[in-house]
Amino acid sequence: MNADSYVAIAFWILAIGMVLAAYAVVALPRIIHSALALVLFFFQIAGLYVLLRAEFIAAVQVIIYVGAVTVLFLFAIMLTNRSYAPDSNPANRQWIAAGVVSLGLLGTLLATLGRQTWPTGGQVPANATVLLGQLMLGPFILPFEIAAILLLVAMVGAIVIARES
Amino acid sequence: MDALNAVSNFISNVLPILRDLLAGLLNNFLPGWLTEIVMSIVSISVFLAFATIVVMSLTLVERRVIAFMQNRLGPNRVGPQGVLQPVADVIKLFAKEDIIPANADPWVYRLATTVMVIPALLIYAVIPWSQNMVIANLSIGILYFVAISSVSVVGLLMAGWGSNNKFALLGAMRAAAQVISYEIPLVFSIIGVAMLAGSLSTVDIVNAQRVLWFIVLQPVAFFVFFTAATAELNRTPFDLMEAESEIVAGYHVEYSGVRFALFFLAEYLNGFAVAALATTMFFGGWLSPVETIGNWFGWNLPPLLPPYAWFFLKTYLLFFILYWLRGTLPRVRIDQLMGLAWKVLLPLALANLALTSIGLYLYRVITT
Amino acid sequence: MQTDWGNWGYVALFLLIATGFAFIPLVLSPLIRPRNPNPVKQATYECGIETVGTSWIRYYAGFYVYALVFVVFDVETIFLYPWAVAFGLLNWFALIEMAIFIGILLVGLVYAWKKQALRWW
Repeated sequence: MNADSYVAIAFWILAIGMVLAAYAVVALPRIIHSALALVLFFFQIAGLYVLLRAEFIAAVQVIIYVGAVTVLFLFAIMLTNRSYAPDSNPANRQWIAAGVVSLGLLGTLLATLGRQTWPTGGQVPANATVLLGQLMLGPFILPFEIAAILLLVAMVGAIVIARES
Repeated sequence: MDALNAVSNFISNVLPILRDLLAGLLNNFLPGWLTEIVMSIVSISVFLAFATIVVMSLTLVERRVIAFMQNRLGPNRVGPQGVLQPVADVIKLFAKEDIIPANADPWVYRLATTVMVIPALLIYAVIPWSQNMVIANLSIGILYFVAISSVSVVGLLMAGWGSNNKFALLGAMRAAAQVISYEIPLVFSIIGVAMLAGSLSTVDIVNAQRVLWFIVLQPVAFFVFFTAATAELNRTPFDLMEAESEIVAGYHVEYSGVRFALFFLAEYLNGFAVAALATTMFFGGWLSPVETIGNWFGWNLPPLLPPYAWFFLKTYLLFFILYWLRGTLPRVRIDQLMGLAWKVLLPLALANLALTSIGLYLYRVITT
Repeated sequence: MQTDWGNWGYVALFLLIATGFAFIPLVLSPLIRPRNPNPVKQATYECGIETVGTSWIRYYAGFYVYALVFVVFDVETIFLYPWAVAFGLLNWFALIEMAIFIGILLVGLVYAWKKQALRWW
């Protein structure tokens, strides 16, 4: 057993767990259960990032998605008066159409991704976060500042919508 | 001093011998990689048992200390000075009936405790008891703490919503709003430390304080961190979500028996972890203050205590401040609570960040 | 090519053991505790008064604004971390860039403040 086989085991556990969690999001009849299954899903994505040695992104994934976005979801659901209704996450009659679209997307992705050769197994430098900081404030400064403006717009928009009275 | 030396000798000499003995034994009939895993499992389990004992001691000390502050005696009947009181409490809570309200959502209700306890335990992976006594020295250590501790909001909401109780849901909503509000200043206050240390690893942060503890350079950050952390832990004076006079006990009003015990465990584990991280980031972690001050004057003073003992001492002292606050301050109002996070702590943290970055830059310009 | 996995391996192991640890009390406790539920005991606790309806009703929308402002600021703080650890290697220009970044978000904070979005009621 070397490190790679542990990584393979971890990957398959995460992959199966993610598929199950994603299915639970769609299939559970109560929307609050779906939201909680989504938390599990987000958490497992962080695990995948760790396997890719993107530790900073993994932490960000948990902080933003599990700690913030999910809370937003849960608040939004709990602010409605049908959060517990057994049919609050209803199945609809368009599953055939949805299935066709999903399969088409899957095929397209497989066809495109399969043709690429991806660099794998590269050594990730120990100070990856430092390098990220240098890149963010160096060559990628424009997207970085635009992100700030985007966040500002998002917040102003949210306040305007929520407080229009 | 002799007893202390005996204990420290035991920890630093006997435990490694026991470990090697066990490893040697296992190596006889297990392949090497499995031995390593079994050894890790054993040491992590020992650590978890130890953490539970620490939590039990914290509850007892809290009750005694608060009692003395209020001119009472506190629990002193079970065992000498009441030292066995936590054991009695645990047995009592274990033996109590686990009541699940008929109207509750049973699975959300049940899982909420687990979602609270696991992150509280996981935080301990990055706490450096000494240079090598850390379960996982991650390069993103501090961010790992922020990430893992943010999961507990989900547990709060699950408990409050799953109980189907008006008090519980109100308490959970308040608690979640409070925790997320105070997370912002908390995360901001850590940035100053990360800048000074140039790393997010908890071990590196302590090593960066060999000359000067960061409390000297970052007092404002420590104030913001500790206040925000107290609020995140929902301890007095920020314990609005369990305000007995308004919403009974908040999100865990319906919980009884072992599940209540688990909530309690998670609360104190989080509290001790926060104190341990404050020690790591601002008070030099496992570094001996005697040695550090000696180094300023060029004296070669002995560290007096082993590193983990210093770490424990500092952490307990910081946790004592939490007792002290509880014994001193009245509960704040909810509008004051939210105002403090956004209108006092956040601007303070931002100002501290600006000052730190300019100061650090000027320092670099001058020294190079 | 071997990557250094050691520390994350311990985290994974720790996660497994912590999960087990969290379930031990839940497994042990049923062995010693009584179990005789009755409707009164299982009623929703409301200080002795009988509950009217469920608690799953609509709540004050101010919570949602809080969560929204929180998400925005959370994303912002995360952006600061790579800058903070790289600070020792960056020049004065990066300092100004970061000042602009924070300045833009400060506008948001002031806006939220002025619009009373940070007030409780």
